[in-house]
Amino acid sequence: MYTFTMSKQRNGNKMEIPKSFLGYKRENGRAGTRNHVIILPVDDISNACAEAVANNIKGTIALPHSYGRLQFGADLELHFRTMIGTGRNPNVAAVIVIGIEPKWTKKIVDGIAETGKPVEGFHIERSGDIQTIMKASKKAQEFSMWASEKQREECPMSDLWISVKCGESDTTSGLASNPTVGNLMDKLEPLGVHLCFGETSELTGAEQVCAKRGATPEAQKKFMKTWSEYNDFILKEATNDLSESQPTAGNIAGGLTTIEEKAFGNFQKIGSRKFIDVLEPAEEPKKGKGLYFMDTSSAAAECVTLQAAGGFNIHLFPTGQGNIIGNPIEPVVKLTANPLTAKLMSEHVDCDVSKILSREMNLDQAGDKLIETTLKVANGRLTCAEALGHREFVMTKLYRSA
Amino acid sequence: MSKPDLIIHDEKDNVGVVVVETTKKGQDCNAWIMENDKTINVPSTNEVPLGHKIALKDLKVGDTIFKYGHDIGKVVKEIKKGEHVHVHNVKTKKW
Repeated sequence: MYTFTMSKQRNGNKMEIPKSFLGYKRENGRAGTRNHVIILPVDDISNACAEAVANNIKGTIALPHSYGRLQFGADLELHFRTMIGTGRNPNVAAVIVIGIEPKWTKKIVDGIAETGKPVEGFHIERSGDIQTIMKASKKAQEFSMWASEKQREECPMSDLWISVKCGESDTTSGLASNPTVGNLMDKLEPLGVHLCFGETSELTGAEQVCAKRGATPEAQKKFMKTWSEYNDFILKEATNDLSESQPTAGNIAGGLTTIEEKAFGNFQKIGSRKFIDVLEPAEEPKKGKGLYFMDTSSAAAECVTLQAAGGFNIHLFPTGQGNIIGNPIEPVVKLTANPLTAKLMSEHVDCDVSKILSREMNLDQAGDKLIETTLKVANGRLTCAEALGHREFVMTKLYRSA
Repeated sequence: MSKPDLIIHDEKDNVGVVVVETTKKGQDCNAWIMENDKTINVPSTNEVPLGHKIALKDLKVGDTIFKYGHDIGKVVKEIKKGEHVHVHNVKTKKW
């Protein structure tokens, strides 16, 4: 019998951390917090077809994006990794892939098929949009109705893969909402969850302190190499001092003065954890449970899209001034400690921890509150961003196409 | 445990963060140091909004700003104790 309760029982003021959540079990042993059927365009020119299919068949969503043609080298590899990883994510029940030509379409289908989930590819050349839409719609209807029969089942907490990223940060992020995420990490990591943080450029100023959190000399070295390469790239491309980009105009309005201040605030999200490995953008972790660092941009939608493609099934997003991001497949749980944001943008805030600033709530209580919110969302409660229709799916592009 | 006007992360810090909607000009602020749970009093020379920083002591050009106990930038214009600390008087040491 399923006995999950969001227990308020406290042993000596300690919340009992639930041992399970209700998820969708997948063919490869992973579990999803959502049950999406996605229509995935391989390239920009297949968006129209994908969107037409999603419009025809209820219970499906199209993931249009801007790229996928004439990319090459590491940039092309990243494109494939993101496409395939998105399809592989356990929040996705089944996938229709639509591309202009058969070869790249098949490559993505094959990558997703390894998970054992239903996936089928269609290409537009030699048949045109209309016939492709008809064929793909028939298959999408079959997938949608099949997926609708799936039931949530009890899954261990270790089936949660939690990614984190903060946005429109201000000083309240570093003071309270980021440490709340850190508190959650400290409490949930022992239960065997996978965790992931990123935002390479936003660790600038705190990079040496962050590197020391590598669990092994290899992880530390890998982190410094990744950070240095990103920093060199930024220095090479920068035409000004990055003022209003890092920190952003919103950050500055919120009181953050320098990138170093932002970085030390950002870094509070990992609590006292150590990271076991450094991942390429959109790379799936292979070293088991624990915390990973992923090399990502600090732009919210790009970062979460990469983390979702890495297989993470629920996201925690602390914000100061009020970033409103969502993702089509990975639910984004938003928290804030800024009392003005909590009041003025309440429809975007899943978890309000602003009472930390008035000392009416301590970090331990805030961490417990965030665990409760995270579990509700893992069990199926819509996030604010989902209810508001936020589906930001943004591919990271490394350089110009050929 | 009174409601703080200012929160200071670390004992080593020379700035504190306003956690009320705004401080008033000349206000004697109640500042809570998270690291050691001590409370001190800091004047606010200007009206400083939520999330912005106030200097805990006089700072000269070239001095380092400490927050979280770490170096977060350098002073580029002299700052008196109680004054607003932000992009007009502090800059990054990076980039």
